[in-house]
Amino acid sequence: MSSPDLWVLGAAMTPFTRYGPDVDLVDLAHRAARSALGDAAVAFPDVDVLALGTAYEPNTNPAQRLLRQLGQTGIPAYNVVNACATGAAALRLACLAVAAGEADIGLAVGAEKMGKAGLLGNATRPKTDGTRTFSPSGRYGSVLPVEGLLGTQTMPGIFSHASTEYALQHGVTFEQFARVAEKNHAHSTLNPLAQYQKAFSLDEIMAADTVAWPNTLLMCCPTGDGAAAVVVVSGERLRSLGDEQRRRAVKISASVMTTQPWTETDGVVYDINTVTRTAAHRAYETAGVGPDDLDLVELHDCFASAELLHYDNLGLCEPGGAGDFIDSRAPWRDGRIPVNVSGGLLSKGHPIGATGLAGIYEVVTHLRGEAGARQIDDARVGLAHVLGLGSTCAVHILERAAA
Amino acid sequence: MTTAQIPVVGYLRVEPVPHLVAQRCVACGALFLDRRNGCGRCGAEDFEDHRLATTGTLRSYTVVHRSGPSVPVPYISVVVDLDGGGCVMGNLAGVRPDPAQLMPGQRLRLTTAGAGTDDAGTEAVAFRFEPA
Repeated sequence: MSSPDLWVLGAAMTPFTRYGPDVDLVDLAHRAARSALGDAAVAFPDVDVLALGTAYEPNTNPAQRLLRQLGQTGIPAYNVVNACATGAAALRLACLAVAAGEADIGLAVGAEKMGKAGLLGNATRPKTDGTRTFSPSGRYGSVLPVEGLLGTQTMPGIFSHASTEYALQHGVTFEQFARVAEKNHAHSTLNPLAQYQKAFSLDEIMAADTVAWPNTLLMCCPTGDGAAAVVVVSGERLRSLGDEQRRRAVKISASVMTTQPWTETDGVVYDINTVTRTAAHRAYETAGVGPDDLDLVELHDCFASAELLHYDNLGLCEPGGAGDFIDSRAPWRDGRIPVNVSGGLLSKGHPIGATGLAGIYEVVTHLRGEAGARQIDDARVGLAHVLGLGSTCAVHILERAAA
Repeated sequence: MTTAQIPVVGYLRVEPVPHLVAQRCVACGALFLDRRNGCGRCGAEDFEDHRLATTGTLRSYTVVHRSGPSVPVPYISVVVDLDGGGCVMGNLAGVRPDPAQLMPGQRLRLTTAGAGTDDAGTEAVAFRFEPA
C-alpha cells in the first residue's frame, strides 16, 4: 500500500497543565486550533473538514461547539473517541478526507479536560452495607465486582502485567524499567509546554511509592488538561501555497491504524504488543523506511515499563533486547534513536484526546528545526506512536521533504 | 446444613471439584471465558464447553499497591497459562506480595476461597492461584 500525498501544514499544542474552572474544553480546543491555523498560515474558511477528538466529552457535540467559535462555515465535522488513540484517530479522519479528495485542507484537534480524575476510579468493590443478592450479570456472569478478587484490570495493572511478561521472558530488571522514567523526566526539563519539567534521580524513581509493580508513582503518567491541533493538506493544494508554507510543510509518509488481532490472552488481559507490532510493520512498509532511518520517536509511555516494551515492538532494539537498549542510553536525546524528547506522557502529560496530536506536533517541530533548546540536530525522519486500550494503535511516520 | 454457594463468575465451576470451563470455538479451537456472539479469531458462531486444567505456568503478574476504595492492597495479580491451553487472570495467594516471590516458569494451581455472603445466606466462591 503506497502513501497518499499528504502533508502537515501546521501544528500546535497548548501547555499541558491543570487549567482552572474558567477554561473549558472548547477554550482549549480553540487555542490549539487557532495556533495551528496560524502556524499553517491558513484562514479557517479554507478548512474543508474538522475532526475533534476528546475521550471524556465526545457526546457534548464538541466539534460543533468549536465551530461556533471558529466560524460556522458549514463544513463536515466529526466527534471522535478512541481511548488513548483519540487524537490520532482524529488525525486519521482528516487524512482520510483529504486522501479521498473530499477535502484539500483538514483540521484535526484533540482536547481534554481531565482535572484530577484518577485512572483507578473503576476499581471498586461491593459495598457491604445495604441489601444484596448474588445474581450473575454481564458477559462473564459475575455476581460481584471482581477487581482485586480475580486480579486487576486497572490501567497500571494491565500495563504492568504486559511488562512482567516481557521481563520474565527476557530478564529485564526493575532498574531498567525505572531508567525509562529517569530519561523522560530529564527530557521534559527542556520542554516549556510539559506539565512537569523536573528531573528525578534513578534512586528517587525507584524509591517512590509503588502503584503496580514494577511501576512506581514516578513511572506513571499524570492526568491533566490540554489540547493539540494539526492542519493537513493535500500535496496538490500545498504546491499552490506560498514558499514559506511549502518549506515548512512536513510529509506524512505513513498514517496507519490497527486494532488488536486475536491472541491467546484475548479477554484476559490486553495485549499491547501485537497491535503495535502490526501498526509499525505496516507504517515502515508504507513509508519505505526502517527503524534505523528514524531520527526521533515519540511513543506511548503511559507507564515507564510500557515504553521499554515498545522499543522492541517498534523494532528500535534487537528482539528481546529492550533492557540493554535503555542501559546503552540509545533512547536518550543524545543517543542513537532519541525517544520521547518531549518528556513523553510521563512528564509532558497525557490529556487523553490531545496526546496523539501532541506527539505529531513534537515530531513536526523537530523536523522543521524549530524545537529550540530540545532540538534534535538535523532531524529528517520521525515516528509518532499511540496506543488506546481495547486495543487500537496508530503510527505516523513524518519526513522533512521538498513539496 | 450446607451453605448455598454461587461461583463469582460463570466460567468457574465449584462442584464436584473446582475448575474453569471455557467456551471453545468448534471451528478453530480458540478459547474464551465470556459469553460469545462469535469467535474473535475466525468469526464462527458455534461453541462448546471446554474444561480447563487447574494447573499452569506463570505468564505475567503485578503487585498491586494502589487501587480503588475498598480493594484491599497489596496483592499479587497473575495471568496463568493453563496446562493444555487457555489462560486466566486471578489473585495469587500463599506468598508475600513481593515480586521476589515470582520466578519465570513458576508452577501454579487453582484453589477456591469464599468471597462474601449475600442477604439470602448464599456464599460467593472465587478462584485464586497458589504455588503448586
